[in-house]
Amino acid sequence: MDNAISVNGLHKSFGRTKALDGLDLTVATGEVHGFLGPNGSGKSTTIRVLLGLLRADRGEVTLLGGDPWRDAADLHRRLAYVPGDVNLWPNLSGGEVIDLLGRLRGGLDTKRRDSLIERFDLDPKKKGRTYSKGNRQKVAIIAALASSVELLVLDEPTSGLDPLMEATFQYAISEEIEQGRTVLLSSHILAEVEALCDRVSIIRNGRTVETGTLSELRHLTRTSISAELAGHPNGLSTLDSVHDLHVDGNKVRFDVETHALDDVLRRLSDVGVRSLTSQPPTLEELFLRHYTAEGAVTK
Amino acid sequence: MSAALVGTRQLVRLALRRDRIILPIWILVLSFLPASTAKLYHELYPTEAARQALISGAGKNPSISVIYGPAFDLSTPGGFASWRYTGVIAVLIGLMAIFTVTRHTRAEEDTGRLELLGSTVVGRYAALTAAVLVSAGTSLVIGLLMAFSSIGAGLPAAGSFAMGLGLTLVGWTFTGVAAVCVQIAEFSRTANGIGSAVLGVTYLLRGAGDSSTDATWLSWLSPIGWAQQVRAFAGERWWVLPMTLVFAVAIGSVGYWLLPRRDVGAGVLPARPGPAVAAPGLRSPFALAWRLQKGTLIGWTSGMLLVGAMFGSLASGMGDLIGDSPQAKEIFQRMGGAQSIVDSFIAGMGGMFGIFAALYAVQAVLRMRTEETAVRVEPLLATNVSRLSWVGSHLVFPIVGPAVILAVGGFGMGLMHGLRVGDVGGQLPGALGGALAQLPAVWVVAGISAVLFGLFPKYAMAAWAPIGLFVLITMFGPAVNLSQAIMDVSPFTHIPKLPAAELTMTPLVWLTGIAVVAVAAGMAGFRRRDIG
Repeated sequence: MDNAISVNGLHKSFGRTKALDGLDLTVATGEVHGFLGPNGSGKSTTIRVLLGLLRADRGEVTLLGGDPWRDAADLHRRLAYVPGDVNLWPNLSGGEVIDLLGRLRGGLDTKRRDSLIERFDLDPKKKGRTYSKGNRQKVAIIAALASSVELLVLDEPTSGLDPLMEATFQYAISEEIEQGRTVLLSSHILAEVEALCDRVSIIRNGRTVETGTLSELRHLTRTSISAELAGHPNGLSTLDSVHDLHVDGNKVRFDVETHALDDVLRRLSDVGVRSLTSQPPTLEELFLRHYTAEGAVTK
Repeated sequence: MSAALVGTRQLVRLALRRDRIILPIWILVLSFLPASTAKLYHELYPTEAARQALISGAGKNPSISVIYGPAFDLSTPGGFASWRYTGVIAVLIGLMAIFTVTRHTRAEEDTGRLELLGSTVVGRYAALTAAVLVSAGTSLVIGLLMAFSSIGAGLPAAGSFAMGLGLTLVGWTFTGVAAVCVQIAEFSRTANGIGSAVLGVTYLLRGAGDSSTDATWLSWLSPIGWAQQVRAFAGERWWVLPMTLVFAVAIGSVGYWLLPRRDVGAGVLPARPGPAVAAPGLRSPFALAWRLQKGTLIGWTSGMLLVGAMFGSLASGMGDLIGDSPQAKEIFQRMGGAQSIVDSFIAGMGGMFGIFAALYAVQAVLRMRTEETAVRVEPLLATNVSRLSWVGSHLVFPIVGPAVILAVGGFGMGLMHGLRVGDVGGQLPGALGGALAQLPAVWVVAGISAVLFGLFPKYAMAAWAPIGLFVLITMFGPAVNLSQAIMDVSPFTHIPKLPAAELTMTPLVWLTGIAVVAVAAGMAGFRRRDIG
């Protein structure tokens, strides 16, 4: 089996609200896949369909070779889930929740559990309500990582964690990756995605708008160039790949689509370049472009 | 001080908006009972002789005073109505106050919503003050409506106001008690529990005082006792009212004093740490369900044991309460269905226990909805737990729990009655059987709740509506001569009234069948629907 998750044309509506509108998502086995999109774009709904908590209206969904709705309980033996908003039972301690979830999943490694509790600096004796949001999140993360499963489904797992714990989390996940686990990581923290993910899918309004490796996606972004030329620049404004062009005498400032960089630089050097600074495309820019309405980049 | 109260008005409006259904229900149910009973007085006790029998029988029977309170003057409709209802309404208005205050203070803290509000321009005391105002205001509306409706029913104005305001002040006292409870306890559930326990103790204190001849001072330790000692319609003691008011303000002030001495979200009582590792047994959905549901079940079971024992000790005095009034006898026999007053009483109480058990069953089913809306089901269903095993482990409680509650209540009643008349072996089985016979009707109620939860989760809270309807039919139907067709709507109508009547299996089998289909439909619905 090549794909741990494969979703094709997934539709899901709540009453009149369309949550998912033909979403596609493919996660290869052993891959760490970033799942990105603005708030309310349908990430959590997709994950809940994958977990068999919601029933798909239309579309094909395969999870670990099975049907997530029909074979829910069996498939769940092989995956662990960390919700974005963890609610604990007020009268159960954190340690009890970790053990309970692990056992219900089919067993947990108590050694790994203890070492994770130590690394995440969690007090397992506290009762559910007395934990802060970050600590509740840690309980769910430890419960998920303490059982050995094939697939980790993480829905904004680090929301509420402090930067130190975020680093601990990234380290723990990279250990999981070395073990060959597949990870679906929904996140807003781009540094986290950049550090962990092989491929990403970006969704908006319940639809996949971009999918690919990070370097592929980078290719779609623009590089900012400002240069002082020997003469007056010619023809730059006629190029489709050049945006936001500002010309001030011999100085130019513009954004260029990365695939056209070569061509544009040649034109500049034809005129003669005195000085040039370029800013590489940032992931932020990439996401901002996709998060906001088509074409309208907010800066 | 005024800065500490900023935003109170907005919070009061928010509370009234959120309570726009529940508070009118409390008001409707509590305000008009005395007036409607006062109108029935002359039908129930039409002759002078019947009234004399009531006064010398029930009025002097200590085991009846335990429940209703001291009988000051049963010769007038007002005196009868206030004796019959002051204690009961005091308990209910106390519960209303406790729940209302908790709902708008501690419960809001539990969910974290108060923190959100607290970050806006809202004074430190605003939330507590808003809750107190809503609860106290509702108590006042109930008291005034009660007074006006009683006057409208032809009762003397002085007594009507004494009764109404006396009960308003019970509401205010427990508003104050709740203001303290919500500071002490860390969870709304605990705050409600402590408040209800205080209420129960005050009820028992005055019960002990009212039924004794040498320890009547005990009644004066209880705010519920004070409402009765106002002696509405029987030479009003007006000075008891300001005394209660002073107490209510004093206890409420304790709450205000405690509030700044604790953190938002925390209680004065510190939370105890739990185990670092789960017990070996905590490894199945049922083990978790047990952990979550056991507190409620134990509470209901021990409460039912007390109530059963109390009614059991009352049973043999029942002939006195009814006296020689043939009408009252007839009403009781319609409820209990037999010639023997004591047997009818036991059968009637069995029916009451059935209602209690059904209330528990609804609560136990709705616990699943609480878990679902609190997003605590998803992490479980994302493990190897199937939907059926999760819903099944919780449904054990509304199905088996009522059997435990009924058995304990019937046992307590049979035992105490048996001890009183010196015939435990003869009385226990009848009382036990009468209580357990209610089970199929209770299961029907549980089944209706399960259908709502499984198929129409958004309307799960409507599960309280059918049981509310059945309560009205069972409690008041016989007294107001409701037509049989309407009586038949309630499953409890179909239960044979043991031990007074013959045991007939047919209705029990039918009801059980309906319940099985309903529970199965609810489970199937849950299996197929979206979670959340």
